[in-house]
Amino acid sequence: MKNYRYVARSTAIAARALGDETMVMSATNSTLFTLDELASVIWEAADGVTPLDEIVANKICAQYDITPEVALKDAQALVENLAEHGILLLSDQPLAQSSDSHRETL
Amino acid sequence: MSNLVVEMAAKALKLNIPLSVQLDLTYRCNERCIHCYLDHDDHGEMTTAEIKDLLDQMADAGVFYLTISGGEILMRRDFFEILEHARKRTFCVKLKTNGVLIREKEADRLRALGVESVQISIYSHRAEVHDAITKMPGSFRQSIEAVRLLRKHGLLVTLANVLMTQNASDYKSVKALAAELDAKFLLDPTITPMMDGDRSILQLNVDQAALQGVFRDGALVGNVEEFCAPPVNVDEEALDALPCSAGHTACYVSPYGDVYPCVQFPLPTGNVRRTKFVDIWRDSPQFKEVRSITLRDMPTCSKCTHGATCTRCPGLAYMEGNMRGPSYQDCQKSYARTGIPSENFKARNASPQSFQSLKLVQIQGLPPAERNFPAKMTEGVAARA
Repeated sequence: MKNYRYVARSTAIAARALGDETMVMSATNSTLFTLDELASVIWEAADGVTPLDEIVANKICAQYDITPEVALKDAQALVENLAEHGILLLSDQPLAQSSDSHRETL
Repeated sequence: MSNLVVEMAAKALKLNIPLSVQLDLTYRCNERCIHCYLDHDDHGEMTTAEIKDLLDQMADAGVFYLTISGGEILMRRDFFEILEHARKRTFCVKLKTNGVLIREKEADRLRALGVESVQISIYSHRAEVHDAITKMPGSFRQSIEAVRLLRKHGLLVTLANVLMTQNASDYKSVKALAAELDAKFLLDPTITPMMDGDRSILQLNVDQAALQGVFRDGALVGNVEEFCAPPVNVDEEALDALPCSAGHTACYVSPYGDVYPCVQFPLPTGNVRRTKFVDIWRDSPQFKEVRSITLRDMPTCSKCTHGATCTRCPGLAYMEGNMRGPSYQDCQKSYARTGIPSENFKARNASPQSFQSLKLVQIQGLPPAERNFPAKMTEGVAARA
């Protein structure tokens, strides 16, 4: 598993918070996902410029009783899974809003 | 509908969130369909700015599924500006159009904007029948060309086939046409009264023999025995059941900002030009009344043998004069489906065979089987209305 530093929400999606969960639909194939509370925290914080380890430290470990190592490992697995479905973008570099996905969508 | 969609709807209901909204941008149209329930004039449509503000309010209120309809949506010159704003606010956008104004450029733009699906009305596989219904020569060719273009650009397309006397024998061929075009097929036998209450267009409904044929078409309804099975007993659970999503997790907004429980349920609840969308949704006395009604509160239907399985539409009941009363059109559906008359039929002492305004539920193929992902992300399949 490669440790990507930056994560950004794809714009080729539909998404809405529903209570402490988030509904996300891929605009490319209409597959619907729900993210649970922790995954929703990462999703919301995935702005393309905040490193994933910082998101985990500040938004997950600071709020929930979980060790940074375990949290980061779980977060990496989650973002890779979301990226495989095209609803999250991963990069070693900060991701600007003018990403390919953004151009594709808007 | 997938389990995931059902779960999301249940959660939205619990949280009082309007998960799904149909927004009509205009009632203007380039076709003049003989069964249309709208007039085609502009009585003061919302401006671009008003609609964008409404979209912001709806996103903040939790609306996820946004169906943009009309009238013909592309009659609005600002349509793509509105659509772009809707996608920026990450709605799951479904469009309803006749497709006549869709060319290569529009199809490309719709794809680029990430529209979830496009529904196009096709009334017959025969151009002369379709064009006679739309009263627009050449409309069949143009609509079909739009379907081809949209599919070429990778968009999901559904052919919506409204059943009426003029095209009663054509639906199987329209279904085959949809398959040929790699589009989905939706049979909609629901001719609704006009929004001003005029019920004259209901005479376009097909006769009972045609309806029974549709109900017994396994290619449409799946298991015919199950679909047409006699009604089950009305138990306590059924008495507490809610009628449908209208006003519970769904609503409708007209081009003039009027908010209703559903496009087929014209009970005025407020106007977004005067009141915030979320305040209408949460606090309107009319919405609260709609939400309070269960089968138990319906004097006739709660005693009806079809009570637990009827597809009663509260909007049609409202248009018949009482939102707690039966929808006579749905009584007719139950009879056509099962051969057993409802309490309402008995009370009216009428012969079901004589009614001409039969209506049906929308019938469509089941969505593809969903896959379940464990742990932190659950994947399902979107329901397409």
